[in-house]
Amino acid sequence: MGSIQLKSVKKSFGAINVINNVDLDIKNGEFAVFVGPSGCGKSTLLRLIAGLEDVTSGAVLIDGKDATNVGPSKRGLAMVFQSYALYPHMSVRGNIAFALKMAGEKAAAIDQKVRKAASTLNLTDYLDRKPRQLSGGQRQRVAIGRAIVREPKAFLFDEPLSNLDAALRVQMRVEIGELHNALATTMIYVTHDQVEAMTMADKIVVLDRGSVAQVGSPLDLYNRPNGLFVAGFIGSPTMNLIRGALAEKRGAATIGIRPEHADVSTTAGEWPATVRLAEHLGSDTFVHADADGIGALTLRLEGEAPLKPDQRIFVTPREANLHKFDKDGRRIN
Amino acid sequence: MAMKQSVGKRAGVTVLAWVVGFLIFFPILWTFLTSFKTELDAIAMPPKFLFFHWTLENYAEVQSRSNYLHFAFNSIALSIGANVIGLLISVPAAWSMAFAPGKRTKDLLMWMLSTKMMPAVGVLVPIYLLFRDLHLLDSLWGIGFVLMMLNLPLLIWMLYTYFKEIPVDILEAARMDGASLLSEILYVLTPMAIPGIASTMLIAIILSWNEAFWTLNLATSNAAPLTAFIASYSAPEGFFWAKLSSASTLAIAPILILGWFSQKQLVRGLTFGAVK
Repeated sequence: MGSIQLKSVKKSFGAINVINNVDLDIKNGEFAVFVGPSGCGKSTLLRLIAGLEDVTSGAVLIDGKDATNVGPSKRGLAMVFQSYALYPHMSVRGNIAFALKMAGEKAAAIDQKVRKAASTLNLTDYLDRKPRQLSGGQRQRVAIGRAIVREPKAFLFDEPLSNLDAALRVQMRVEIGELHNALATTMIYVTHDQVEAMTMADKIVVLDRGSVAQVGSPLDLYNRPNGLFVAGFIGSPTMNLIRGALAEKRGAATIGIRPEHADVSTTAGEWPATVRLAEHLGSDTFVHADADGIGALTLRLEGEAPLKPDQRIFVTPREANLHKFDKDGRRIN
Repeated sequence: MAMKQSVGKRAGVTVLAWVVGFLIFFPILWTFLTSFKTELDAIAMPPKFLFFHWTLENYAEVQSRSNYLHFAFNSIALSIGANVIGLLISVPAAWSMAFAPGKRTKDLLMWMLSTKMMPAVGVLVPIYLLFRDLHLLDSLWGIGFVLMMLNLPLLIWMLYTYFKEIPVDILEAARMDGASLLSEILYVLTPMAIPGIASTMLIAIILSWNEAFWTLNLATSNAAPLTAFIASYSAPEGFFWAKLSSASTLAIAPILILGWFSQKQLVRGLTFGAVK
């Protein structure tokens, strides 16, 4: 069990409103990702759920019960911190066992659970080491071990992978995903990395300046962003947004086209352009071009496209994949 | 050329450091030497540095005249007892100031520090009268209380500084792990701050050991520590320098030895070093 609901949650620090009226429903077993640019309030929202910050108004419900005034130690949630926040004076065993000791479990039961968690996370050989004797990835595993051993109602992850190098990040991302499949426990994951959000989430919550911009499955957000903010934030390379006459011709203030949703020809097409740079990734080619009268465009072509800087090309957007937005930035198609 | 200069400079600095060190240490050395002189040698002009008649008679006399162990016990009981109780108060106080500060926390810290700026003699009479009426004069509890209060601002300030360096994430992790406030302080904060707490205690114990104003004014015999033991060798009819010196040597020896063995912690404490 571990459903979490936020009802009109507000948080201000002095005169500054960090979270404005957030309503959110996270179902039991769901993997929810809070994503947004830095300063959007995603970590604060997580801390409000954890109970590490008090809400200014509104309510936090855990399993349908009002937990707004319940302290963090009594909410039954486990958290993995960006800095790992391991207890430096305790061994790996001590770190993992701490929550069980606090819960007053018997030594034999603690030992058994610690061993089980350690073997799940490949930490068995390191149980007697101190955190400072571990690598970054191992520390991250200890932090996760500390969380899973308690069998919490939900896991809260606060940018847990941002201190790891790129290769390890991909590996840990997969491990956390597998952990979620194995445990089927609710997870809330905060990140500014939209690739992490897209690959891990059942449900993505995009936050913009303390408010929820859009909630949906990764592909929902990708295919039907409800506004310019989400359109520009989700997807890499980012969506091309075009204003002016070309947009008005299609009855919108702004039109958006994803880099892979346009056809490129060297002979004929709707938007003539000049190649500025072609990035060859092997599987794809990213083309950065300047379109006449439009400006910079990013295009994604499958495979190895033989394009060179200063070459003339013609870009034709696929009408079915066009995103249209009104003058307030809201989706209209 | 540059190499030579820097060697010369280093030698100069080293010599200077030794000279300053010797100047600071000289009174202690002189006291120590004087304690082995006869009273006549002690006041001889020109002063006799090493070539005098070495004798232990001052120590024998001091031992027969007064019970050193009684004073030493009081010193130990007062300086350790007062600061252990002080620690029990200052750890939670410093926790709340470092991790749950309010709008007035900084003002409160400054106010506590300001109490150290007032000359102690300014409150001597009221405290003396209070102690008299409460029958606390010459009692270990009464003097221990004063010594504790004297060091409390220092204890809280130093611990506050140490606690500020502990990442708050780790305490929050403990809260998420289900630790109560007491468990958080006891099992997570305190063990992490042990080096800081040790240095703080060491400095506080040394200060209490050497505290003479209140101990001399509020204690006469029962609760009198080593400061009173030294003072008893300065009489209105004149000083017995050699005996005073041997009493002083006996009084400062324990704390000097403690300081010697814990130099590293002490320096760390004085420089408000990092926790890590």
